[in-house]
Amino acid sequence: MAKLFTLERTVLSLALCLPFTNINAKVEFELAGKAEIEVTAYADEGQFPNQDYRTNLSIAAEPEFYWEWNNGDDSFTFRPFARGDENDEERSHGDIREFSWTHVNGNWEFHTGVRKVFWGVTEFNHLVDIINQTDSVDSFDGEEKLGQPMINISRVTDWGIFDTFVLVGFRERTFAGEDGRLRGSLIVDTDRANYESDDEEKHIDYAFRWSHSVSFFDLGVYWFDGTDREPLFQPRIVGGTTVLTPFYQQISQAGVDVQATIDSWLWKLEAIYQDSDNDEFLASQFGFEYTFYGINQTAADIGLLLEYGWDERDESSTRIAQNDIYLGARLTLNDSNDTALLIGMSYDADYHTRSLLIEASRRLSDHWTVALEGLVFKASNTDDAAAVLDEDDRLQLKLERYF
Amino acid sequence: MLPVNFKSASTAIGLAVCALVSTNSFAQSGENLTPEKKGLEIAEKVKARDLGWGDSQTTLKMVLRNAAGQESTRKIRTKTLEVQNDGDKGLNIFDHPRDVKGTAFLSFSHPVGADDQWLYLPALKRVKRIASRNKSGPFMGSEFAYEDLASFEVEKYTYKFLREEPCAAGTCFVIEQYPVDKYSGYTRLVNWIDKEEYRSWKTEFYDRRNSLLKTLTVGDFRQYLDKYWRATDMNMVNHQTKKTTDLVWDEYQFKTGLTDADFNKNTLKRAK
Repeated sequence: MAKLFTLERTVLSLALCLPFTNINAKVEFELAGKAEIEVTAYADEGQFPNQDYRTNLSIAAEPEFYWEWNNGDDSFTFRPFARGDENDEERSHGDIREFSWTHVNGNWEFHTGVRKVFWGVTEFNHLVDIINQTDSVDSFDGEEKLGQPMINISRVTDWGIFDTFVLVGFRERTFAGEDGRLRGSLIVDTDRANYESDDEEKHIDYAFRWSHSVSFFDLGVYWFDGTDREPLFQPRIVGGTTVLTPFYQQISQAGVDVQATIDSWLWKLEAIYQDSDNDEFLASQFGFEYTFYGINQTAADIGLLLEYGWDERDESSTRIAQNDIYLGARLTLNDSNDTALLIGMSYDADYHTRSLLIEASRRLSDHWTVALEGLVFKASNTDDAAAVLDEDDRLQLKLERYF
Repeated sequence: MLPVNFKSASTAIGLAVCALVSTNSFAQSGENLTPEKKGLEIAEKVKARDLGWGDSQTTLKMVLRNAAGQESTRKIRTKTLEVQNDGDKGLNIFDHPRDVKGTAFLSFSHPVGADDQWLYLPALKRVKRIASRNKSGPFMGSEFAYEDLASFEVEKYTYKFLREEPCAAGTCFVIEQYPVDKYSGYTRLVNWIDKEEYRSWKTEFYDRRNSLLKTLTVGDFRQYLDKYWRATDMNMVNHQTKKTTDLVWDEYQFKTGLTDADFNKNTLKRAK
């Protein structure tokens, strides 16, 4: 009861103090962000109609406007994003990545607005990460996310951090359009999404998470109830053409993520249990990262990564990582330009699809960085969802300007 | 016979000096100690004089210079909390270069055993627990290793008193420090500590093959709260690569009201 009382009082004082804080405190403003040019070269033309090009140019910008007052106890962040793409009009898109007010009161934190929240520990697949929708058209690795409207209350205690999320409104996943590469044979018609819930994209989702650090363990446990971020697909004929329409079902999901940091070892585990009208399953991504420090008496480190992705549903899984092995090596020179090289390989033990990712990056100056990324797919079984990428081997150069 | 004579002669000089500078209680009691005990006693006094400062905040500029003289700059804001009977807690926020802006580093250091360290990556909004095994690795590509910037704790080394000699601050104790941690990048450090205020003015770092790797020169000490000395300038020269790193510290603010509540994963994520 005492805790509830504190919560109410804090929410109340939060509401009351807002008009005053603006008047009394000095407001500090900061502009930061980045802009990028991306050039992609494909080894071949794509295997589907409208993919008959081998180079693509794209530009993007993501400025961040930040205001802070009340000695930092209140802040507001606005981070719009826009991309223009030469070929794919679905990839030419904009988003509000962040538009949120944060209020801090001692060990309490209140966030209201559009934000991004990340959960998880593994590198090759982000299984437990569920708050934000993936902006899959923006980056292939799934690490770009759409801004999620929410109210989040966070409380730090001696027994860990407790987070409550009320997610107001749902964001649909983005998909490559007709002229886009790295897509399936059928276009995903994002204008015709269907929902299990009658509230459709206005359904309110909830999530609760507890996370804690105890000696060399970092762990988190959560419960999520609401619209699945991962759609199912229903084929449909629209104007004589077959398209896929996304179907977003209602799910309950429990997730756990654990990392043990021991000497040069990082042991990682992510697992989920998901329940819907359609299905009920367990899935996990786990593995380790081991780093050799100071290679050959230099400052350079080499990290080796091994992960395994498993899904109880085997081949009937809707996810890419159902029985997949991931192997990676990360070389960091630890020089003044932060030069790094990552080589990652994946192997699907069911479908024997292999992929290779090479990522090299380095700082050019105080404001510029450059990154080169190579992606190669080898699919031998057309039943695998990844087989559609067989002709999409590519090399991508990215020049980023930070301000 | 000669060593004995030499020793008694130096003792006589030591006593004479100590009679003149009677403020130094150590010198009066220390003469009969073994070099190891004497070294330890100096380290304990260094630490004892730096207890009770509570918390501090400052801004740090790093200038990295390679052998050809090319420069690059880092800017970091630091918040530090003194923890009783344990290592300090620290929160570092990177402002420059711009591609790492918003990256933040949280550390709970411990006198013995591994430190706890987390890194916040703002683009992914991800907090990563990182291995603290990498003590000897360079901090942000500079000539400072992580262990060079960690808080000084007596238990981190064993000691040996070498000699006294004139230095920038008058007279310095010269002591040798042997890292206890097997993952340290050094076999030994030679440290010049002034007799008056127990501040470290110069440190030589010897690599795992016991050859001279780096020299740290410290200057422009300022006193805060009428007690605590903090250096404003530090210069690290790597003799093997000819690279240098300068650290320029802004004015420190002490007793700013930081508490334990300012050092956790939530404060790491919202550090701006």
